[in-house]
Amino acid sequence: MVSELINANPVVYKKKERRDRGARTVLDEYAAEPIDQLEIFDHIRDIKDPEHPYSLEELKVITEDAIDIDDQRSYVRVTFTPTVEHCSMATVIGLCLRVKLMRSLPSRYKVDIRVAPGSHATETAVNKQLNDKERVAAALENPNLVDMVDECLAPSYA
Amino acid sequence: MDGTPTIHYVIHIESYVSSSSSEAQQAASIDAIALLLKNDLLSLETLVREMEMYLTTTDNIIRSRGILLLGELLMRLMSKPLGDTAISSLMEFFTERLADWKALHGALVGCLALLRRKTGVGMISRSQAKAVAESYLKTLQVQSLGQHDRKLCLQILECLLDRYRDALFSLGDDLVYGICEAIDGEKDPQCLMLIFHIVELLAQLFPEASGPLENFAGDLFEILECYFPIHFTHPKSDDVDIKREELSRALMLAFASTPLFEPSVIPLLLDKLSSSLPSAKVESLKYLSFCTLKYGGDRMEKYTKSLWSALKDALFTSPQSTLSEDSDPIDGLGFHESEIMTQALEFLQVLVRQHNASFLSLIMGDGDISTFLNSFSQFDNFNSLSTQYKQRLHAVGHVLSVCIKASASSCNKVFESFFPRLVDALRLSVDNSHGIVHSAVDANFNFGALYLCVELLAACRQLVVSSDEVASAHDLARDSWCQILHSFSTSLCNVFFCLIRASCVESTRNAYVYAAVKGLEILATFPGSFISVSKLMYENILLTLTSIIESEFNKKFLWKAALKALVEISLFVNKYHEDEKAASFNSIVKQKIVSLISSDDLNMPQSLKLEAVFDIGLTGKNFMLSVVSELEKTISANLSEILVHGDRRLAGLTAGLLECYSNKVLPWFHVNGGADEVSLSFAVNIFTKMEHNTSLSLEAEGKELLGATMAAMKQAMTCCSVESQEKVLQKAIDVMETNSFFFSNNLILGTDLFNKKTQLGQTSEGLSCQDEWIISLFASVVIALRPQTQIPNIRLLLQLLAMTLLEGHIPSAQALGSLVNKLPLNISEDCSLKELIDMLLKNVLWRNISIGKEGNHGDAVAMSNLRSSSLNSHAVIGLAWIGKGLLMRGHEKLKDVTMTFLSCLVSNEDQGNLLPFNDQMKDPAELKVFSLRKSAADAFHIVMSDSDACLNRNYHAIVRPLYKQRFFNIMMPMFLSAIAKCDSSTSRCFLYQAFAHLVSETPLVAVVGDAKKVLPVLMDCFLILSKDISHKEIIYSVLIVLSGILTDKNGQETIIENAPMVIRRLIELTSYPYMMVIRETAIQCFGAMSELPHARIYPMRTQVLQAITKALDDPKRVVRLEAVKCRLAWASIASRSIHF
Repeated sequence: MVSELINANPVVYKKKERRDRGARTVLDEYAAEPIDQLEIFDHIRDIKDPEHPYSLEELKVITEDAIDIDDQRSYVRVTFTPTVEHCSMATVIGLCLRVKLMRSLPSRYKVDIRVAPGSHATETAVNKQLNDKERVAAALENPNLVDMVDECLAPSYA
Repeated sequence: MDGTPTIHYVIHIESYVSSSSSEAQQAASIDAIALLLKNDLLSLETLVREMEMYLTTTDNIIRSRGILLLGELLMRLMSKPLGDTAISSLMEFFTERLADWKALHGALVGCLALLRRKTGVGMISRSQAKAVAESYLKTLQVQSLGQHDRKLCLQILECLLDRYRDALFSLGDDLVYGICEAIDGEKDPQCLMLIFHIVELLAQLFPEASGPLENFAGDLFEILECYFPIHFTHPKSDDVDIKREELSRALMLAFASTPLFEPSVIPLLLDKLSSSLPSAKVESLKYLSFCTLKYGGDRMEKYTKSLWSALKDALFTSPQSTLSEDSDPIDGLGFHESEIMTQALEFLQVLVRQHNASFLSLIMGDGDISTFLNSFSQFDNFNSLSTQYKQRLHAVGHVLSVCIKASASSCNKVFESFFPRLVDALRLSVDNSHGIVHSAVDANFNFGALYLCVELLAACRQLVVSSDEVASAHDLARDSWCQILHSFSTSLCNVFFCLIRASCVESTRNAYVYAAVKGLEILATFPGSFISVSKLMYENILLTLTSIIESEFNKKFLWKAALKALVEISLFVNKYHEDEKAASFNSIVKQKIVSLISSDDLNMPQSLKLEAVFDIGLTGKNFMLSVVSELEKTISANLSEILVHGDRRLAGLTAGLLECYSNKVLPWFHVNGGADEVSLSFAVNIFTKMEHNTSLSLEAEGKELLGATMAAMKQAMTCCSVESQEKVLQKAIDVMETNSFFFSNNLILGTDLFNKKTQLGQTSEGLSCQDEWIISLFASVVIALRPQTQIPNIRLLLQLLAMTLLEGHIPSAQALGSLVNKLPLNISEDCSLKELIDMLLKNVLWRNISIGKEGNHGDAVAMSNLRSSSLNSHAVIGLAWIGKGLLMRGHEKLKDVTMTFLSCLVSNEDQGNLLPFNDQMKDPAELKVFSLRKSAADAFHIVMSDSDACLNRNYHAIVRPLYKQRFFNIMMPMFLSAIAKCDSSTSRCFLYQAFAHLVSETPLVAVVGDAKKVLPVLMDCFLILSKDISHKEIIYSVLIVLSGILTDKNGQETIIENAPMVIRRLIELTSYPYMMVIRETAIQCFGAMSELPHARIYPMRTQVLQAITKALDDPKRVVRLEAVKCRLAWASIASRSIHF
C-alpha cells in the first residue's frame, strides 16, 4: 500500500439531493420503466473513494451527466474524473465502477468505463486497462485488489 | 442468640472480605447479613465485635473491604432505628477513618450513610457533624481521588450543608476555603451537578454581605466561571443520564445564588453575549434574565446602559431571525422568531419591569430608534424595502410591544412619544364623526408605520386583557394612551378598510392585507370598558370581514386572514359575555355565514363555504346549533328537490353537505354533548322525506347521494341513545309499510322475491329505485343499532331483509349480519335467536343454494345438485355476512354456515377437467354454478376481514376477543383434510382460494403457531393460483403472510425445513408478470432468506442467483433495485465470487 496519500486534501462537494421518483402507486402495471441515467448514477454514487472516507459523488469523481446510456442497445458509458491528474487510484476507481455495474445491471449490457479526457496523465493506458476483459478478470483474481474493491463497495448507506 | 446465624454470618463476612469471591457472591453475602440485622437476628454490636480483626488489620486491602462492608451495611439500614451509643461510636470510628487514605472508600460510604439518617431512627449530633466536617477539611484531598470517591466526598459535603447548617456555620472561612479547594478543576458531569448545588447551599449558609463568603466570592466564582456557557457533548450512556439543560440550569442557580457574585457575573455574561456563538448568546440572555431578578434592581441599576446597548445589539444586528417564504406568515413580515430573539425579548421585559421609568427613558432616548422612526417617509414603497429594513422594523415593533405590555404607565409613555409620528406617517386625523367611512383616501400607506401601529395595538390589547381586574381596568380607561387611541380609532379603521377595499380590487402585498385584517380584529376585540370603536364601527368591521368571506374567496390570503379574524372575534364574544357585541355578532355574522350553507351561489366552492361555517361554528355551541338546523333544512330541501322533482343537479352538492354532516358536525356534537337530539331529528327528518315521495328515479348521480345519505344515517344512529334508536326504527318501519311494495301485500314467510314479483306483475331484476332508497336507509339504521335496542316484529324484518339481499342488495346482507350479531339470545318468550337463525337459513337462503334437499333440517347443505334454476350467488354473499355476525359473537350456528360454504367448494359433481378460467363454459347453468362456488370462496374473505361499513365497534357490534384466531384454528384442519381428500382440480382451486383468504386475514401469531401445517398448503396456493390473472390479489396477500412467517423466529424454522420448496415457488413468483408488488415482495423474501443458516440454503444458491439475475432486467425499477440488493446478499454467501 502507499504510505502517503496521493491527494491528501481533496475538495469535498455537497451531495446532490436524492430525487424522489414520485408516488409509488403504479398507474400502469405493465408499463416498462427503462434503465436511465439516474438509475445508473444511484448505483455508483455511494461507492467510497479508495483513500478517503467520502463517496465518489462527494468528490465529484462521477456526476450524473457523465453517464451515457442507451437502454435499447444495452450500452452504458461512465466517464469519471480523478481528483488529481497523476492519481494512481484511477484504475482502482475504474475497477470499482465496473464491478459495481457488473453486479447491478442485466447481463445484456456492455459497460464502458473511461477517464474524462484531459483529466489524467496516462489517460489512454488507464482506459485500455479498464476495458480489457482479460486484464479485468486477472485483476479480480488478485485477492488484495478484490479486498480493496469490496471495501469501497461496502454499502455505506443502509 | 443461637449459634446457627452466628456461623452463617461469619461465613458471609469472610466471603465479602475475601478478594477471591465473585461480585455476585459478595452482593449475596451482604444482602444476607443486612437481612439478619434488619430482623434483629444479629445485633450491630456483635457484628462489629466479630469484625474487629477486619477493621483494624494492617493489611490495606482486607481493612478497606472490612470498612466497606460496615459502610454498605449502614447504607442498607438507613431506616432501621439504632441507639445513640451505637451511632456515636460508629460515627467516631468513621470520622477517624477519613484520615486513612488507603481504605477511604468504605469510610466515605459509612459517613454518608450516617449523615443521611433521618430523625426518629437515630441521627448524629451537631458536634459530631462538626467533627466530621473538620476531619474532612483537614484530611481529604478531594480532587486527587477517583471519580467514584470524589462523588461520595461531594455528596457528604452536600449533605452536611443541607442538613447540618448550624454545625457548619461556626467553621466560617475554613469551610469556604475547603470547599473552594475541593471543587476546583472538576470535570465529571455528575460531580459538577453536585458542585453547583454545593455553591448554592453555601451561599444560603452565609447570606449576609460581610460574612466569610465575601473574602472568597472572587475565588469561588473563578472556579465556576470557566464552565459557562455549558458545552456538553458527553456521549449517551446508561450511567450518565445528565443532560446539558440540567447542568446549565444548575449552574444558573449557582450563579444567581448570592448577590456577592454580581460584580463578576454581569460583566462575564455581557462579554459572552457579544460572542459570535449563537448558543452562547442564548445562554447569556437566559442567565441574565434570571440573575437580574435575583440580584434585584439596586444592584443592577448601574448596568442598565450597558445592558441596553448589548440587548439592542442582539435584537437589531444579529441576523438570526430568518425570513420564511411560506404563504402563511407567522406575523405580517413572515419572520420566524429565533431563539436569541425570544430570550432577548424576555430579558427586555424583565428589565423594563424592574427599572420601569429609568430603563424606559433609555429606550425612548435611544438615537437609533428615533432615527428609525423618523425615516419612515424614505421607505414608502413596500417593494423597495430591504430585508435588513424589515428586520429592524420587526425588532423595533417587538421592543415597543414589550414596553407597552410591561405596565400602564410605560404604555402611556410609549404612546405619547411615538404614536404621533405614526399618526403623521399614516395621515390620520382626530375624527369626531364616529363611524363614517371615508372613501376618498389613497390606499398607498407607509408600510413601516402601518406595521408598527398594528403591533402597538396588539400589545395594548394584551395589556388590557392581562389586567383582568375590573377596578384596574377603569383606571386604565382614564390613561392617556387610551384616550389617544380612542380619538384615532375611527381614522385607523378607515385606513384598514381602505386597504382591504384596495386589496379586493387589485392584488396587494400580503403583508398589507395581514396588517389591515389584524388591525380590524384587534379593534373589534378590545374588552368592554375600552370601547375604542363605536358600535357602528364595530358593525362595520364585522360587515367587512363577512363580506370578504362571502365574495373574496378567490383571494386566498385575504380570505383566510378574514376567516381567522372572525374566529378570533367569535371566541372573544363568547369569552367576555358582552351582550351588545354578541347581539351585533349574531345578527351580522351568524346569519350571513350560516346562510352560506343554503346559498345557491355556485361560484363559491362548497368546500370553502363549509370551511368558513365550521371554523366559526367550532367556537361556540350556539353557533353550531344554528349551523346544524340550517344544514338539516338545506339537506331536506335539497332532497325533496331531488326526490320529488327529479332535480339532479343538486345531487353532488347535497352529497357534499351530507358528508360534512357525518364527518364534522356529528363528531363535534359527540365530543361537546347534544349528539342525541341532533342525530335523532336528522334521522327522522330523512325518513319523513322518504314518506312523501312516491316516484323516484335517479341514475348515476343517485348512487353517490345514496352512499352519502347512508353514511350520514349510520353516523347519526351510532350517536343516538337506545330510546332514540327505537323511535327512528319505528319511523322507518312506518315509512316502509306505506311506501314499499314488500309491505303492501301480505308477506308470506318463505316466499322469495321472485314469486312475489310475479304475483305483483313485476318482472324486472333488482329493486326499484325507490325501494332501494328505503331499504338502504333502513339497513343503515339496523347496522348501527345498539344491542339493547328493542326491535319490533323481528321475524318480518328478517324476512324482508333476506328477500332484498337475494336481489343483490349488499346493505341488506350487512344489516342481517348486524342483527344476528346483536340480537339477545332470547328475544322473547316464544322466540329465541337460534330459532330465528334457523328460519333465516333454512327458508330463505339454502333454498337458493340448493333446492331439492328437503331432508335437511337446519344442517349444512350438501351440494348434491347444483344445477338448479334458482341458484343465487347473492345468497352466498348474504350468508357470508350473516356468518361474520355469528362469528364475531361466537355463536354455534356459525358451524352450519361454514359447512355450507365448504360443501359448495367441494362439489363432487364436477368432472375434474373443467378449468375455471377457460372460456369454453358456454352452459349458463354451469356458469351459475361456477359463480356460486366463487362466491363461496370469497365468503371467507368477508367473514374474516374487518369491514368499515358494518360490524365494527363503531357500530356497537358484539366482538368476542380473539375470534379470528379461534375461527382459524377450527377451520384449518377442515381445510387440510378437504384439500387432501379432494381429487378434482377445480374444487382444489376453490379450496385454495378460500384457504388463502382465511390465512391472509388471520393474525400472524396464529399462523406462525401452525406454520408447519400451513406452509405446504400456502406453497400449493402459489402453484395453483398463479396460473390465473384474476387471483393476483390473493397471491399477494398470501405472499405477505409468507414474508411475515419469514420474519418470525419460529416461522423461520419451518421455512428452513421446507427451504427447497419455498425457494422454488418464490423463484416462479419473481417473474410473475401480472403484478409488480408480487415480484418485489418475492425478491424481498429472498433477501430475508439469505439470513437463514447457510448450510440449508447453499444448495439452492445457483438457482436463486439465476432468478435474481433475470430480475435485474425487470421492466420496473423498484424490482430491479430490490434485485440488486438481494443479489449482493446471496452472492456473498460462502464466497465473494463476483462473477455472478
